[in-house]
Amino acid sequence: MKPAPFDYCAPTTVEQALALLTEHGDEAKVLAGGQSLVPMMNFRLVQPSVLVDLNPIPDLAYIEPDENGGLRLGAMTRHHQVEVDPMVAERMPLLHEAMPKIAYPQIRSRGTIGGSISHADPSAELAAVSVALNGRFRLRSPKGERWVPAQDFFIGLFTTILQPDELLVEVALPPLPARTGGTLMEVARRSHDFALVGVAAVVSLDGKGACRQTRMVFLSAGDRPMEAHRAADVLAGQIPTPEAIRAAAEIAASDDIDPSSDIHATAEFRRHLAKVLARRALEQACRRAAEMK
Amino acid sequence: MTKTLIGKRVLRNEDPRLLTGQAQFVDDVEIPGLLHAAFLRSDHAHARLLGMDVSTARQRPGVVAVFTAEDMGDDWQPGPPLVSPPPTAKDVLFYSRRQVPLVKDKIRHAGEAMAVVIAESRYIAEDAVEDIVVDLEPLEAVVDLEKALQPGSPLVHDDLESNLAAHLYQKKGDYEAARRQADLVLQRRIVIDRGAAAAMENRGIVAEWDEKSKHLTVWDTTQAPIPIRNGLAARLGLSENQVRVIAPFIGGGFGPKMMMFYAEEMLIPWVAMKLKRPIKWIEDRRENFYATTQERGQIHDVEIALSRDGHILGLKDVFLHDTGAYDPYGLTIPLNTQCHAMGGYDVKNFSSEVSVVFTNKTLVTPVRGAGRPQGIFLIERLLDAAAKELGIDPVEIRRRNLIPPDAFPYEHGIIDQAFAPLILDSGNYWPVMQKALEMIGYEKFVREEQPRYRKEGRYVGIGITPFIESTGVGPYEGARVTVEASGRIYVATGVGTQGQGHFTSFAQVVAEQLGVAVSDVRIVSGDTAEFHWGTGTFASRGAVVAGNAIHAAASIVRRKVLELASKELQTPLDELELEGGMARVADIPDKSISLGELASLANPLRGAVEPGTEPGLEATAYYGPRYGATAFGAHAMILEIDPETMMIEIKRYVTVEDCGTVLNPLILEGQIHGGVSLGIGNAYYEKLHFDENGQLLNASFADYLIPSATEMPRIEVGHMETRSPLNELGTKGVGEAGTIPVPALFSQAVENALADRELEILESPLSPNRLFELWSRKEAR
Amino acid sequence: MPKLFDLALTVNGTRFEQAVEPRTLLSDFLRHDLGLTGTHVACEHGVCGACTVLLDGEPVRSCLVLAVQAHGHSVTTVEGLGSIEQLHPVQEAFRQAHGVQCGFCTPGILTTVVAFLDDNPDPSEEEIREALSGNLCRCTGYQHIVDAVQLAAKNTKTAHQQPAR
Repeated sequence: MKPAPFDYCAPTTVEQALALLTEHGDEAKVLAGGQSLVPMMNFRLVQPSVLVDLNPIPDLAYIEPDENGGLRLGAMTRHHQVEVDPMVAERMPLLHEAMPKIAYPQIRSRGTIGGSISHADPSAELAAVSVALNGRFRLRSPKGERWVPAQDFFIGLFTTILQPDELLVEVALPPLPARTGGTLMEVARRSHDFALVGVAAVVSLDGKGACRQTRMVFLSAGDRPMEAHRAADVLAGQIPTPEAIRAAAEIAASDDIDPSSDIHATAEFRRHLAKVLARRALEQACRRAAEMK
Repeated sequence: MTKTLIGKRVLRNEDPRLLTGQAQFVDDVEIPGLLHAAFLRSDHAHARLLGMDVSTARQRPGVVAVFTAEDMGDDWQPGPPLVSPPPTAKDVLFYSRRQVPLVKDKIRHAGEAMAVVIAESRYIAEDAVEDIVVDLEPLEAVVDLEKALQPGSPLVHDDLESNLAAHLYQKKGDYEAARRQADLVLQRRIVIDRGAAAAMENRGIVAEWDEKSKHLTVWDTTQAPIPIRNGLAARLGLSENQVRVIAPFIGGGFGPKMMMFYAEEMLIPWVAMKLKRPIKWIEDRRENFYATTQERGQIHDVEIALSRDGHILGLKDVFLHDTGAYDPYGLTIPLNTQCHAMGGYDVKNFSSEVSVVFTNKTLVTPVRGAGRPQGIFLIERLLDAAAKELGIDPVEIRRRNLIPPDAFPYEHGIIDQAFAPLILDSGNYWPVMQKALEMIGYEKFVREEQPRYRKEGRYVGIGITPFIESTGVGPYEGARVTVEASGRIYVATGVGTQGQGHFTSFAQVVAEQLGVAVSDVRIVSGDTAEFHWGTGTFASRGAVVAGNAIHAAASIVRRKVLELASKELQTPLDELELEGGMARVADIPDKSISLGELASLANPLRGAVEPGTEPGLEATAYYGPRYGATAFGAHAMILEIDPETMMIEIKRYVTVEDCGTVLNPLILEGQIHGGVSLGIGNAYYEKLHFDENGQLLNASFADYLIPSATEMPRIEVGHMETRSPLNELGTKGVGEAGTIPVPALFSQAVENALADRELEILESPLSPNRLFELWSRKEAR
Repeated sequence: MPKLFDLALTVNGTRFEQAVEPRTLLSDFLRHDLGLTGTHVACEHGVCGACTVLLDGEPVRSCLVLAVQAHGHSVTTVEGLGSIEQLHPVQEAFRQAHGVQCGFCTPGILTTVVAFLDDNPDPSEEEIREALSGNLCRCTGYQHIVDAVQLAAKNTKTAHQQPAR
C-alpha cells in the first residue's frame, strides 16, 4: 500500500506554508503528524498532488501559560509532549486525562494536537475536549488571523471552517473556574481503538453545590463533537442529585446526539452507551468539582 | 536412557538472529535486477469480466510488463487440488473447483487477482494498476449460506447446478433409535462467523529463473515448500530438481500459508521465467484480508438426545460449511468439525451431515483450529443447555460423559481429515479437567466468591470447557541427521517453521540421542535443496511427525556412532556413553573420542572400507503415524461483565493441556498463550464483516480487531502427560490447542455471569454490541 | 520523472545521503535503500507497530513517516540496539523469557520497549501492557513479552544497584 506520487514542500515559516496553500488550493494537503493523513495516502484514499509539511517550521510547538491561568499550545505540539507536561496536568486535568486515550504511544510520539483537531474526526478525543474546555483556536491565513471558539470550528464530518489557505496555529484553553471538575470516559473495543462512544464532561458548581455550568460533549456520537445542550439545560442551577444526573443523561442520549451504525455498534447501542457514560461522567465530574476549592 | 534434554526449558537457538533483525524473511531477499509485482484485484465479489485495457499501464515509465489471463495462453490453468475428497467414505459428493492464477471470464470473490503489473518498484507498479481500465458486468453476489442453496440463487460456478460444493454424511450407531429412548431431546441452531489468521507477516514470493543453468529458485512464505516445489515443477514443465523452494523465516503461518497454490504462487514464478528477471511480490495488509484464506463460517442445526441422568445417547448435526469461491482444500475442515463434535465424550450414536457451500467470498482453508473449534462449540453448548434442563451441575454432566481411561484406544467409527478411522489413541481425561477446576478454584468461586459478587451487584462468571484436539496426522515426514567433522550436528527436514521453535525443539531431540549441546545442532528446514520429501507444517503435526522422524534418524546415527566408537576404543558397546560431544567409557576419561573425530574416521580418504557400510555418520529416516494422536485439554476462565456497557474483563484464565511428552515446556507455553489469544479473538473480537454484496467492510487492522496486550489476560498453564503409544517420543501435537475451546468457554462464562438474565449464546464471535442486542431482545419479551 | 529530494540523515549512528522520491516511506527506505531489513512492515496503516523505529529517540511508526521527513534527524532501528555477539540487555531479556516466536513483530517491540524503559525504568505489569498496546503480536499472546520487559527492567535495576568498582 504505497502512496501515489506528490510534490513535497518543506516550508520553514508559516508564511511560506500559507503561500503554498494559496498557490495550490485544493491540490494541496497539510502534513502535520501524519498519523491520520499518511494511512489514508497509503490506502490511496487521498491522493494530494502537493504535500505541505509543517514539521520543519520552528516555534509551532509549545505549551505556555497565559496570564489568566489558562494554557496556550502550539498546533504542532506532539500529543506526547502534552501528555507528560506538568503544567497541563495541573491546570487542565481533563486534557491530561484525555491524552493517554489517544491511539497508541507511538502515534502520540508523532501526532500533533493541531493535526488531530484540523482532521476533525468525530471520534477524536481532542475535538470533544477542546469544546468541553471552552477552547479557542487561532487560525492564520495570508489575510491575517482570527480566533474561533472550538464549538464553532467543527461543522461536519471531517469538516472544519478552515479555508483552503488557512492554518490552525494555536489552541488556547481558558483557566478553569473555581469548583470545576471534569472527566473523559469512553467505551472502546480495545483499549486504544476509536471509541464506540465517549463523553467529555466539565461541571462547575456554585457555592451551594448546584450546577452553575455544565458542558458535556460526546465523541463518536454524530458527525462532529456533539454538545449536549439540552442535558446542560436540565442541570442548570440544579443540585446534581443521582436523579437529576440520570435525567440529564437520558436527555443527552435521546436528544443531543445523532450516532450512526457501523460494524462495531448500532446507533441504538451507541445511544445506550451514551446514556450510561453521561451518567457516570457527570457523577465523576461533579464529585471532582465538589473536591475543588 | 534418562531424559536429560527432552522436557527441558531450553532457550531457543534461533533467537539471537530474530532479536537482532538478522533473520531473513521473504521480503528481505534482494537480488540484482529485481522487479516488483502489484495486482489489480476485483472490487466486486461477483461479476462477469467483459474486457480489460492494460495499454496505458504498459506504457507507464518504469513498467516492464502487464499480464492478464489472456497473456498466459495455454499456461493459464487453475491450481491443483491440495486435498482430495475422502476416498474411504461413502455418501460423498464433491465438486472440485480450484482458484485461478488470474481471472479469465468471471470474478468470484472481492480481491480476486485480475492482472499483474511488473515494474521497477512496488510504488510504480501500484501507480500502473490504477491505469488499468476494466469492463465488467456486476452480478448478484452469493453471500448468505442458506440463500446460496435455495433454487434460483445466482451460481458461483455456472457449470454446476447449484452452489453445493460438497456433501458428506457420516454416522455411527443409530441416532434415531437413541433419540427414541431419550428422556430429553434438545435442538439448537448455532451460527459461527469467519475470522482471519492475520499473521503479522503478509504473504510474499520471490522467484528467480536462471536461464543459463535452467534453474528456478523461489522464496515463498509457505508452510509447505516441498509440495510447492513439486507442483511448480509440474506446472512449469520442469524437472523437480530444477526447482528449489525456500521457506526462510516466516512471520507466522497459522494455516493459510499452507494453501497451495495461491494465484500468486502460480503466477510469479511463471512471470520470472517469461521475463527472465527476478520478480518479487509482497502482499500488503489490505490484500491479505481478501487474498489470503479465512475460516470458521458454519451454520449448524444440532440435536442431542440424553438420558435423565445426563448421559449423551446420541448427537445429530446437519450443517452448512462456507468454502468461499473455490474448494481446493477438500473436506478437511468439515471433517475436523465432525470429528470434534462429540468432544472427548463417549457418544455411541452420531449422525452428521455437512453441505459445503460455494459463496462469493475469499477462499476458506484451515486457520489455526481448522474446524475443531466449531465442533467443540456445539457439543459444549448443548451440554450446558442440557445441564440446565436436567438440573445437573455443568461440571458433573461432563464428568459423566467423558471417555474413561480404560476405553482407549477409543474408536469412533467415523473417518477423520486424514481419511483414516477416527481413533483416540490415549488419554486420561477427567484428571485434566479436575486439575483445571482446581487451578481456577472452581468450587470456592461458585460457593463463596460468586454469591458475594452478586450481592455487590457485580456480574462475574466462570466457565470450564474440556476438549480434544486431533493432532499429528500423516502422511509422513522425514529427516537426515549428519555428524560433521567439526563435531557439530547438521539436521535437514522438510517442514517449514513459522515461530514454533523447531530450531530448538528438534535440536533437543537430536542432542538427547547424541549427547551434544543443543546449540551445536544446526537445523535446516523448509529448503527443498536440503531435503525434499515431506508435506509441511500444519494440523499440529510438526513436533510429532517431523520430531519423530528426526528422533528416528538420530537414533540410527547414535547406533553408528557407538559402533564405530566401540571399534576405535576397543570397548564393548554397552559400556559406552555419549556425552559432551564425546563417546566415552564412564569413569575412564582417557578412553574417549570426539564425535567429530569419529565422523572423520567414518569418511576416510584412503584405505579399505568394509563392504556394505555407508560412509560418514549420517542417517535418513521417515515417520508416518498409523493415525493421528489425540490430545486433550481443559480451559477455565473467570470474567466480569459490566451489565451496562457489556464490556468484558477476563479476570483469570487457566489451561491444562495433555499433549503427551513435552519436548520444551517454554515453547509449549508460548504455543498455548498464542493459541488462546487467537481463541479470544475468535470469541470476542474478530469477525469478518461481509455485506450483502460480498464486500468486506473491515479489511484493515483498524477495524478487524486482534487482541493487543491490554486485552489479553495472564494465562496459567497446567500440564499433564499421557504418552501417546503411536510414536517413540510419546508426543502429541499442541499447536492449535489454545484456540479450540475458547469460543465455547466464553459463551459459557458470559451466560454464567449474566445468569439472572437467562441468556443463551449460540453464536460466535460475541461483542458488546451483540450482547446488548441479545439482552435487549430478552428484556423485550 | 518525479522530483527527488536530497535526503541526509543518521541511522544507527552512521550518516547516509541519498536522493529519494518524497513518497518513499521511511520503512521502505530503511529496508530497501539501506538494506536494514530488521524493521518489518506488516500493515502500512499505523496500527500494528511492527515497523516501529526510534526517531530522535522517540518510538514512531516508520510506515507513517516519509523518509524525507527524517532529513536532518537521527533514526535507530533494531540493528542499532545490539548484535548477535552482544545483545542489548532488552534483547537478552527477550531471549531468556521466550518473548520471541516467529520474530516478525519483535523489532518493533524492542524499539518500543527500549524507549519505554528509558522513561519508565520500574513499570508495573499494567503499565507495560499499556506501553505495548500499539504492538500487535499473533504468536505469543504477549505474556512472555511482558515477562521479558519485567526481566529487562529488573536486570537494569540490579545492574544499577551494583556497587561501582
